[in-house]
Amino acid sequence: MKKNIVIFIIVAVALCIFPFVASTYLVDVVFFFGIYTLLGLSLNIILGEVGLFDLGHAAFYAVGAYTTAILNTRLGIPIFVLLPISGIAAAAFAWLVCSPIIHLRGDYLCIVTIGMGEIVRIALLNDPGGLTGGPNGVFGIERPILGGPLVIESSIAFYFLIWIIVGLSIFALVRLQNSRIGRAWNCIREDEVAAEATGIDVRSLKLLCFILGAGLAGIAGNVYASKMMCVSPESFTFMDSCMYFCIVLLGGSGSIPGTIIGAGAISLFPEIFRSLAKYRMLFFGVAMVAMMYFRPGGLWPRKRGGLGSK
Amino acid sequence: MSLKKDNKIREPSQKYKQKKDVILETQKLTKKFGGLIAVNNFDLKVKQGEISTLIGPNGAGKTTVFNVVTGIYPADGGKVIFKGENLNGYKPHEIAAKGIARTFQNIRLFSKMTCLENVMSGQHCRCSAGIWSSIFKTSKQREEERKIREIAESRLKQVGLWEYRDMLAKNIPYGSQRMLEIARALATNPDLLIFDEPSSGLNEEESDNLMKFLRTLLKEGLPILLIEHDMNVVMGISDWITVMDEGKKIAEGPPKDIYNNPLVIEAYLGKEEE
Amino acid sequence: MLTFVQQLINGLTIGSFYALIALGYSLVYGIMKLINFAHGDLFALGCYVGYTLLVWVSASLTSLFGIWGCLAVGMIVAAIGVGGAGILMERVAYRPIYPAGRLPAVVSALGVSIFLENFIMVVWGPRYLAYHSSFIPAGYWQIGSFRITVLQVVILVLSFILMGVLYYIIEKTTFGAAIRAAAFDRDTAKLMGIDINKIIFFVFSVGPALGGATGVMVGMYYRQISFTMGWVYGLRAFTATIMGGIGNIPGAMIGGIILGILEMLGAGYISAAWKDVFVFVVLIAVLIFRPTGLIGEKKAEKV
Repeated sequence: MKKNIVIFIIVAVALCIFPFVASTYLVDVVFFFGIYTLLGLSLNIILGEVGLFDLGHAAFYAVGAYTTAILNTRLGIPIFVLLPISGIAAAAFAWLVCSPIIHLRGDYLCIVTIGMGEIVRIALLNDPGGLTGGPNGVFGIERPILGGPLVIESSIAFYFLIWIIVGLSIFALVRLQNSRIGRAWNCIREDEVAAEATGIDVRSLKLLCFILGAGLAGIAGNVYASKMMCVSPESFTFMDSCMYFCIVLLGGSGSIPGTIIGAGAISLFPEIFRSLAKYRMLFFGVAMVAMMYFRPGGLWPRKRGGLGSK
Repeated sequence: MSLKKDNKIREPSQKYKQKKDVILETQKLTKKFGGLIAVNNFDLKVKQGEISTLIGPNGAGKTTVFNVVTGIYPADGGKVIFKGENLNGYKPHEIAAKGIARTFQNIRLFSKMTCLENVMSGQHCRCSAGIWSSIFKTSKQREEERKIREIAESRLKQVGLWEYRDMLAKNIPYGSQRMLEIARALATNPDLLIFDEPSSGLNEEESDNLMKFLRTLLKEGLPILLIEHDMNVVMGISDWITVMDEGKKIAEGPPKDIYNNPLVIEAYLGKEEE
Repeated sequence: MLTFVQQLINGLTIGSFYALIALGYSLVYGIMKLINFAHGDLFALGCYVGYTLLVWVSASLTSLFGIWGCLAVGMIVAAIGVGGAGILMERVAYRPIYPAGRLPAVVSALGVSIFLENFIMVVWGPRYLAYHSSFIPAGYWQIGSFRITVLQVVILVLSFILMGVLYYIIEKTTFGAAIRAAAFDRDTAKLMGIDINKIIFFVFSVGPALGGATGVMVGMYYRQISFTMGWVYGLRAFTATIMGGIGNIPGAMIGGIILGILEMLGAGYISAAWKDVFVFVVLIAVLIFRPTGLIGEKKAEKV
């Protein structure tokens, strides 16, 4: 535990210094590293802690992003106010959509989440009621205004915004892991029937993890929308959901440091191999297979134990 | 049916002769799977302060009775009454919260969690801390966590698995895994324990220890309902035996009555050749 | 707006494609419990192999075999090629990962899928390619208000023959029983003396081979092929498999056909843009009311 705190502090300090010494391009790259981390953490609640196959996670991200986009451009609601609202919108969406299907087992749930992701994407593409702007999406999204002259505009500002949110999320998620709810989630992942028989309300907790995971993804959507100032359906495809899935599994499912590393690998890999141009995705595919062969538990698997008195 | 030479058949204790409270009762319980009637108008009574055992040949429907009682399957007919309340329509986790704790025929542990965490899960239904109190570690939540740890540790020590507390459940020996499941059931602060073939897979010594352990639980005031195949265990610790065959009750009574009951022998071994 | 019968015919044709791909998918899925995301990309590989063959040798082929011969040769070559790719894929990317569990296998499958898709893009280019009309059979019959092309008839006949043969193998032969046994309980099957390696070989060669042959048919039917087809068809195959019920091989075929018909009806009566949404909504509705698929799973969990 002490070791983890030391590592955390070192990383935090490095993260603070980094944007002032690196180019704007690199700062942006690490910004997206932060977005991927937040998305990975949000999916980790569902896939890592509870073990539910969610391959439609991009839908929650999209709901958050588009909620911000539409409410800001049409009703002029400030971005910062929309931060929690986007999270709540995505969470409510998850509650609505998952309630009827939460009892489905394993792979049946998987295909339904894929379906849900596709339905959201296609709905965004088809521009129902002229709301979503079709394939071009919604543009003209503002920047977050903290108050008076304090506007989040530069790459550095966005960088700190996302990483502060990530930091707060990690804090909350670690607390949850070590609580009755976090343990119950893990029990459900291990053996649903036994969990239910031991007094754990499996259905409610499964729904809860979706709601929480979606909410966090929705918040990521808000930050993404105001950084890019426009959103379009092509950022929220099945492939993207697969990427988040890989982040959690490559890092180590149920492991918060693992998810962060996984997000780093996924967002930094294309940068490192940029010179290889069209061959880099080939290497990416090979790398994924190789990773599963050499470290199937993930780059930083979850460690358990040390709870009892000595 | 033969017993080990030095095993005694339990003499009905004086206490049994007095009228005792019925804590669990099934009335004309019926459960069908498609065309198969697994449980057929089955009546069962479990009394306070007793170890009741349900026996019968394979496929008699014993585990199905357990599964209906604990809410995993809905009953197709009849009632399950626990502490005077009809359990119909309640989900398994609600029934566990009401005070019935069970173990499974094929041990169902949370294999990649530590033994202590396994037992701690038992206290989940006795606490109420939600997301926000967990994230902000309110004083109520911290108090609950302390209590969960305390109860789990004491139960783990009670079954003798304290040394395994930080080991993953899948890595401990088979016999210990059985005891771990029992510890988890105990951690729910139950009013009734239901064990499905707890001695299955145990050797003689482990079976004996289990028997002794179950009797200490009884002293704690916990009635126990068992499914068992091992006749040494059954005859040695039961206060009351109910015999099941093809979904129906064919006999019941104290061990002495069951031991020589021709119906029971026939159900297990088939009719003797003339 | 096409008539109902026309929709049905088109739906049946597309449905047969989905059914054939879903068959291969379900074979692997049943045995290995592996969601083989790369299966769709193998099908796409079939489209491209067929294309390449026909482009290279079209002149000599047409004179030797005639147009129908082209189709046949294309399908056979694609089947063999893609079947071989399937075996290679299993050896290199899946076999080493099995011991690690299900989730690593899924990630590995995703990795193979990404690799295959980009491999196709690198080799054949990112733009659409088209099967040239000179080797696509023309001709149709007009019956009342609907028309059915000769190609459609041939495709339907071929597909049903292939499905029938596979159904027969799986349901009626001893080897098929072994496959079903292994899908039901792998370890016990091994203990009973069933040679799992033979089954794996069959499943990973025949499944992809079917997909490859279907690729050529799809190429002929739609003419345009692109390296992104793999994802789309792979997803359809997964959907069909689940709709029919996990591990249920005839169920996957039926699921595929129903999927095709639903898609066409959705496109015709709702709108082309929303047809996929319609299909998924139906799928979700099916699962809500029958949580183990239309036909149902063959396995029950013992508590």
